[in-house]
Amino acid sequence: MQPKPLTLKSLDIASIIVLGIATYLALVYAPTELVMGNVQRVFYFHIGTAWTALLGFILGAVFSVVYLITKDLKWDRLQVAAIEVSLVFFLITIVLGSIWARPVWNTWWTWDPRLTTAAITELIYIAYFMLRQGIDDPEKRARFGAVYALIGGLSAPITFFAIRLFRTIHPVVIGGTNAAAQGSFNMTPHMLTAFFFALFAFTVIFIDLFWHRIRLGVLQEKVEQLKLQVNM
Amino acid sequence: MVNKATEMKSMTVEHAKPASNFIKVVAAVVWKDLRAELRSRELFSAMLVFSLLIILIFNFALELDIKTRQSVTAGVLWATFAFAGTLGLNRSMAIEKDRGCLDGLLLAPVDRSAIYFGKVISNLAFMLMVEIIVLPIYSVLYTVNLFQPGLLLVILLGSIGYVAVGTLLSAMSVQTRTRDILLPILLFPVVIPVLLAAVKASNGFLAGAELADILLPINLLIAYDIIFIAVAFMVFDNVVEE
Repeated sequence: MQPKPLTLKSLDIASIIVLGIATYLALVYAPTELVMGNVQRVFYFHIGTAWTALLGFILGAVFSVVYLITKDLKWDRLQVAAIEVSLVFFLITIVLGSIWARPVWNTWWTWDPRLTTAAITELIYIAYFMLRQGIDDPEKRARFGAVYALIGGLSAPITFFAIRLFRTIHPVVIGGTNAAAQGSFNMTPHMLTAFFFALFAFTVIFIDLFWHRIRLGVLQEKVEQLKLQVNM
Repeated sequence: MVNKATEMKSMTVEHAKPASNFIKVVAAVVWKDLRAELRSRELFSAMLVFSLLIILIFNFALELDIKTRQSVTAGVLWATFAFAGTLGLNRSMAIEKDRGCLDGLLLAPVDRSAIYFGKVISNLAFMLMVEIIVLPIYSVLYTVNLFQPGLLLVILLGSIGYVAVGTLLSAMSVQTRTRDILLPILLFPVVIPVLLAAVKASNGFLAGAELADILLPINLLIAYDIIFIAVAFMVFDNVVEE
């Protein structure tokens, strides 16, 4: 196995540090929101994880197109890594959102466009991994995975707009206002600092985990090859 | 010799009309499926009986009295079509795979997307046949008039989108180890827009809403159909490649 590169090591350390700082900014530095109180502090990590998850899913769709054109297994490894890390981040987003929604919307869950789309997106990518698990040939697995990731990546935004035909109660904090939204608020400069730092921190953590997952993918491939050799 | 061969090949390519050839291949695949079905009738009868059973289950699950009926008819219908649809799609591809028929099709020197469109059309035909029988039965059982041109259009558009994606995904799922259970898991999350728009539009027609309100979901259905037929057309080669 290749030794861990120095850049990755420093990225590991940087991830821990920025996560610490982001936690401090969210829990201590940012002022308490007047109406919602302390539960609003969930918002910083909610958006941080949501942003990185979205980034990973978009990367996954892009890698699937690149794989289908080039047929180079390298892109498949990148795709799996991006989608797997995003799947976990997105689950965190949903859980954090639920924790926030309980006191603010007075319910853990509601069938709002964003929540519904989030749930469906999670299911699409769980199905993606179930599909991959059912195929032994790595080349075929990569092809099918790429096709499904592409279809899923196209379907998720359409689902979102489709459900948006109905009214939404999810607050739109960034860009635009929604009169029917419940739990909206304006950010003070301190809140903005915490918010942007959380975005930055989770991007760093995402890159770190992404890199680790790619290395794991290389190892998995090696194990599969060794198994084949033993069987022969 | 090689030169001559390529020359001849280019000549034949020049002479053949690609468009009419393509349609011929599509028609051949559809014809094959319809004839096989006409002889065995296993796919159609399974889908139909399954649909009726689902409606029966909904009857008990939702207590379809007159008041509930008005609000849930569209939902019950589309849930029925979706479940019966996976049954048909799974079987239609499994037959190809089991009897080595797919390999034969792939060996044929034809454009593979023609095979895709052939399968889509035959799957769509089976689904529409089932729907055409389920609709009057539902109408009789629950005294709702389902024969409205608008509703039929919605059912056609919805079925096209469902089958377009379903055919592509069933071609993948039959080639996996978990073939029998995988198709609905792959298909349902990505056809949610179809089901959503179809239910909304069907509800609109059944409730006698104004056309302007129904136009939005219908446009969505058309957009979904076009996008996913185009994508499936582009990626189908990757799914059947050996």
